[in-house]
Amino acid sequence: MSARKLLAFAAAAIALAVLLVAPFYLRPYGIYILSLWAVTSIAAIGLNLTLGYAGQISLAQAAFVGIGAYIAALMTTNGLPFYAAYVAAGLACFAVGWLLGYPALRVQHHYLAFVTLAFTTLAFLVFRNEEWLTGGIYGITNIPRPSVFGWPMRRAINFYFFCLAHLALVAAATWWLIRSPWGRAFVALRENPVRALSLGVDTRRYTLMAFAIGAGLGGISGALYAPLVQFIDPTPFSLYLSFNLLLMVVVGGAGYFAGPLVGAVVAVLLPEWLRFTEGYYLIGYAILVIVLMIFSPTGLLGLADRLTRPQSKPVGGTVDPVAAEKEAVS
Amino acid sequence: MSASRPVLEVTGLSKQFGGIVAVDGVSFEVREGEILGIIGPNGSGKSTLFNCILGQLQPSAGTVRLDGDEVTGLRPCDLNRRGVSRTFQLLQVFPELTVRENLILAGQEHQGTMLSRLFGRRDAGLGAAADRMIAFFRLQHLAQEKAGGLSYGQQKLLDAAMAFMAGPRLVLLDEPAGGVNLTMLANLRERLRAINAEEGATFVIIEHNMEFVMALCTRILVLAEGRVIAEGPPDVIRRDPKVIEAYLGH
Repeated sequence: MSARKLLAFAAAAIALAVLLVAPFYLRPYGIYILSLWAVTSIAAIGLNLTLGYAGQISLAQAAFVGIGAYIAALMTTNGLPFYAAYVAAGLACFAVGWLLGYPALRVQHHYLAFVTLAFTTLAFLVFRNEEWLTGGIYGITNIPRPSVFGWPMRRAINFYFFCLAHLALVAAATWWLIRSPWGRAFVALRENPVRALSLGVDTRRYTLMAFAIGAGLGGISGALYAPLVQFIDPTPFSLYLSFNLLLMVVVGGAGYFAGPLVGAVVAVLLPEWLRFTEGYYLIGYAILVIVLMIFSPTGLLGLADRLTRPQSKPVGGTVDPVAAEKEAVS
Repeated sequence: MSASRPVLEVTGLSKQFGGIVAVDGVSFEVREGEILGIIGPNGSGKSTLFNCILGQLQPSAGTVRLDGDEVTGLRPCDLNRRGVSRTFQLLQVFPELTVRENLILAGQEHQGTMLSRLFGRRDAGLGAAADRMIAFFRLQHLAQEKAGGLSYGQQKLLDAAMAFMAGPRLVLLDEPAGGVNLTMLANLRERLRAINAEEGATFVIIEHNMEFVMALCTRILVLAEGRVIAEGPPDVIRRDPKVIEAYLGH
């Protein structure tokens, strides 16, 4: 148990060191890709709450990222401070998620997937057709990057650390959430909603909260995406992004805390590394994902979990009941 | 005990599935501190009756009253917060949570609001209560194990312990003894009796294990084809020709 914890801790420390050091050795494009990874991870963390913890398949995450991005773009290009836009994007998406979830969560599983698919399509059409607001296919240009305490984030490397800090913040808040009684209720309603309901867990309210919080994180991700690319149009917020985010959560390991971070590496960085194969990279990528899903439906972290787990021992037999009793009393 | 007021009153409860009448005008009451057994052949409507009382199914007709208030068709979570708890015929623990977390979950929704649970203590202030329940059901050595790794009998004990975590007034147990070995069964029976005596909790138990029912229950209700065919103390029920007919006659 402790050896596994140590291993997980070491992996996290190495990953963090790479994230802190790598940008100093990368060209701007590499830094951009790393920033994109951080921003995408936030949206994937949100979807992991909805899918991995509350067990609901949502294809609406792209719409929330889009709504967040457009809110941030519109507000900051009109001279409003970035953090006002950031908070507004998060809150607006939370509210929209709540309003969408209220009727939509009456259906579950693939029916919910269809409802959320329709919502993403609807949002995409609004981004494209409501030119007076969104600029239509011409999009919104010259989205400014913020300054933090007078420090301009215009340089790629500065903005990368800005995104990384926000990812750390979101990750810490999510960690705190899933270790709260809410997190316990989320796991319960994923594992056995009928039993959870009979134990007083208001499954409808908890599912709605998981969905709305996931949506809010999508909005925050969008609010960071807009100043990262500095130009937005409807294209990146199509259904393709929803599927891609779903893929990240599932490939990384749904319900694992670090799942979306690992999944985002696969979805954002792997295509870049496979670029040398030119036209074949999508084929290679697809085959890799198929093979992974066949051998480890619980994703990469599920695979790591299985490989490092000590051989299953008969529970109870090897534990000293007296010592355990002492521990329970103290 | 018979003078005490009814905790649960079921009046004319019926449930139809298409043309099949699973529960047909069942009425009974359960008095405070009582252990009522419900027996009957397979398919006699026992579990459907439970599900209608507990809001898992909407009854086609009839009323359910708790402490005199009508609660017919309330959602299971609302009923549970009013002090009605249950176990299911099939095992229902949360395999990915530890034994201790299963118990904390079973109690956490009974206090505070959604917000206070979010910002409150991680164990919802129920750590000590969970440990007491673990000790009471003699599961100490398993407290930190994931529930999915426990043996069937141990999970069955945990399942029962979860039903008691929130200090319910009324507990409906659906076949608590099914598939449990003899030692575990004695433990369970003794624990149920202790909770009944010490906390005054009221039980309704569906069970096929006659020995278990006869030893534990103060009164028994016999269902056959969705109707109550007999009611009375165990030794009367045991000799009732209608009951013998229902079990052996088909």
